[in-house]
Amino acid sequence: MKLIFERSMPGRGCSILPPCDVPAADLTGFEREKELHLPEISENDISRHYTELAKQTHGVNDGFYPLGSCTMKYNPKVNEAAAAFPGFTGIHPLQPASTVQGCLEVLKQAEELLCEITGMDGMTFQPAAGAHGEFTGLLLIKAWHQSRGDSKRTKIIVPDSAHGTNPASAAMAGFTIVNIPSSPDGCVDLEALRKAVGEDTAGLMLTNPNTVGLFDKNITEITRIVHEAGGLCYYDGANLNAVMGIARPGDMGFDVMHLNLHKTFSTPHGGGGPGSGPCGCREFLIPFLPGPRITDENGQLSLHSPETSIGCVKEFYGNFLVVVKALTYILMLGKEGIPEAASNAVLNANYMMHGLSDLYDMAFEETCMHEFVMCLEKLKHETGASALDVAKTLLDYGIHPPTMYFPLIVHEALMIEPTETESRETLDEAIAVFREVYARARKDGEALHQSPSTTPIGRPDEVTAARKPVIRYQF
Amino acid sequence: MGRYVASTAAEQQEMLKAAGYASFDELFAGIPEHVRLHQGLRIPEGLSEMEALARMEELAEKNTVFRHIFRGAGAYAHYIPAAVKSITSKEEFLTAYTPYQAEISQGVLQSIFEFQTMVCDLTGLDAANASVYDGATAAAEATAMCQERKRHTVLVSATTNPEVLKVIQTYCFGSNTPFQVIPAAGGVTDSDALREALCEETACFYVQQPNYYGILEDYQSLSDAVHEKGAKFIMGSNPIALAAIKSPSEYGADVAVGEGQPLGMPLAFGGPYLGFMAASASMTRKLPGRIVGQTTDHDGNRAFVLTLQAREQHIRREKASSNICSNQALCALTAGVYLSVMGKEGLKEAALQCTAKAHYLQKALEEIGFSLRYRQPFFHEFVTTCPTDSSALMAALEKEGFLGGLPLENGEILWCTTEKNTKQEMDALVSICKEVCGK
Repeated sequence: MKLIFERSMPGRGCSILPPCDVPAADLTGFEREKELHLPEISENDISRHYTELAKQTHGVNDGFYPLGSCTMKYNPKVNEAAAAFPGFTGIHPLQPASTVQGCLEVLKQAEELLCEITGMDGMTFQPAAGAHGEFTGLLLIKAWHQSRGDSKRTKIIVPDSAHGTNPASAAMAGFTIVNIPSSPDGCVDLEALRKAVGEDTAGLMLTNPNTVGLFDKNITEITRIVHEAGGLCYYDGANLNAVMGIARPGDMGFDVMHLNLHKTFSTPHGGGGPGSGPCGCREFLIPFLPGPRITDENGQLSLHSPETSIGCVKEFYGNFLVVVKALTYILMLGKEGIPEAASNAVLNANYMMHGLSDLYDMAFEETCMHEFVMCLEKLKHETGASALDVAKTLLDYGIHPPTMYFPLIVHEALMIEPTETESRETLDEAIAVFREVYARARKDGEALHQSPSTTPIGRPDEVTAARKPVIRYQF
Repeated sequence: MGRYVASTAAEQQEMLKAAGYASFDELFAGIPEHVRLHQGLRIPEGLSEMEALARMEELAEKNTVFRHIFRGAGAYAHYIPAAVKSITSKEEFLTAYTPYQAEISQGVLQSIFEFQTMVCDLTGLDAANASVYDGATAAAEATAMCQERKRHTVLVSATTNPEVLKVIQTYCFGSNTPFQVIPAAGGVTDSDALREALCEETACFYVQQPNYYGILEDYQSLSDAVHEKGAKFIMGSNPIALAAIKSPSEYGADVAVGEGQPLGMPLAFGGPYLGFMAASASMTRKLPGRIVGQTTDHDGNRAFVLTLQAREQHIRREKASSNICSNQALCALTAGVYLSVMGKEGLKEAALQCTAKAHYLQKALEEIGFSLRYRQPFFHEFVTTCPTDSSALMAALEKEGFLGGLPLENGEILWCTTEKNTKQEMDALVSICKEVCGK
């Protein structure tokens, strides 16, 4: 389809602004010389352009989206309604505190509820995404060690099953990364951990349930080992949907963590953002939290920044409207709804795994949490159909493929996370589709290289895209 | 209790049985007893949708929505065309994830490709990414992009918005990067201080146009000085201003960044906003975050994909150029729609009206004793002295539905206008100011 620039016709446009009611200002010496090429299009054509783009975009609303590790649950419409109140959208971030008591209360209530859900004592909403929350948490760890004059703690331990953001965030926070292998059961290898910790250990980053969908049974032993070595424990909250209301990172021994409000707490992903990655911590790390903190004096809320704060990781108070949406969701689910969501996320994953495990090889056979990982190595070897081929074939059935080739410790991995908001019929249909694709692979694996065939485009040439990058339209 | 779980209790039991479990407890048997939350969460019981929305509305109503806004300082009350919200609310855009599967994500990928093109157009540079969290993180990521083996020091002008400056400083704390603020003199960057600070270890120098005080600085000589020392020149810009004023490339910037909020995003108590980033061709592969590229599918159709991923965390892990994986796709879409609706002429008109109104207001305030603090050219913000106690003035304005300029230290005020402020509104503002000062 056409690019918006290819629809532009000189002289066309929309009527938005009235004529200026004051004299023009003089910008001599600063005037732009180079002409702009922004589109000149009627509003109707703009509207149709984006409608066409929307039709070529697959969202949660368009069908089953079992993208592992991303928790693509339904995004309730009431969240959007709450975030659209003018009392939230029309508020300047630098208004006097007395005029933003409602906004401050949103942040305060969200902090209290999420602290209870995670077992943390304080939380900042400044981080805009999960990786941003990780970076923030690591800065807290760094500031804490520095405040104690413990400058030799420069290493962060990361298991090889971790999300790529973990080591990348640790590097940005100035740490050296120590990768440790997982044990054959997919969990942390305690011996490897004991060998890795020492006087230079700043901390450990861990996802639990981990990225193969298993709850690490040794979790308290793991956090104890790190603490005894003088390090702190960071919890990657990407998989909290499996355990919210069932078990808390704080009770597992974690000191600092992030949440993904756009995963666990139902706020939409927006095609890649805006998200929100609040960073929570235990009491002793609160003085280092970034951004202004809310204080409550006789019901009057105000903002102040502690002197020991690491500074700011983002402008103002983070992605505020995303917090509004997440708060709406938590208020609705409440004390029973939160664990009910987790329980059904785990149930749906196990139901689906059970429906597929006689055909597909599972990376780990035991009961999974909210997601499970299939290993297609054997299928590929025997039929030529890879995890990528299976994923691309699913597109022809209207199903968004699972996460591919992650975690790195499983070869030809497909990671499936159905979430709790899918009905049994949807799961049954998806199981049937996965089984049919398996049968097709067995019949003629090579044929799947051609999939998909019903989508707006076929497989794109990614190699050329990277080798000869065209990343803008040339006017 | 509100719930979005699809299956009924009876269905859940059937599903448990089908999967080989007697109960939910059995499903969670892998979680050691001693970390199980036995007493349940100490949070209130759930609400119905009707109750929850009423609760949120109550909170929203506790805030004051000002009808007349004369405050900017990093967040700007521009007019948002009706088409923007309508288009960006489409559920396909709203509920999609990062477009990993190009075959079913051409819409969002193309919208990002168009956004990248518009950012290149506005900044005059060659390559843009799919966006980052906000203007401040864009600035911080830009300073990280400029790090070279023997060049680490980051210099930032004191005329930078303090929110941005703090974020750069915090990122530098993370990466153990030497960070130095170049002082201001008379509201603009002290060029002598910059020349003194520049050395072989300087990685980059960051400035903002217009600067925090609304002033248009002539950055050509600073840009030249930075390049003479072999360092990179990074320029933060207001994207609406760019329709009227010299672009970063016209000043020789290597990297251009900015806060995209003026492009159709509501004030929203500070977020979500949008960080945009562009760079000269030679620095393309140092850009952080997602980048969308054009290619073809096997039938030769034009296609868009996430590209240059070898820079990114999921491939490079600790050696990645940044940890970033989300962009602000929906905000980038918003900016794209806004720029399309405003169009080439409309955006320039908005820019010219912003600055015209600021000059009108400045003169009117000057006449009643608010003198211009810095005699420098300015865009749509300016600093004045305040002949009376600024907090008393703000309180009086607040009563009449006006959010006055931002009170700075020393009782000065940073005022802002946009195309939304009418002459009538400005005259009313000035008469309240006059009244308060006359008392």
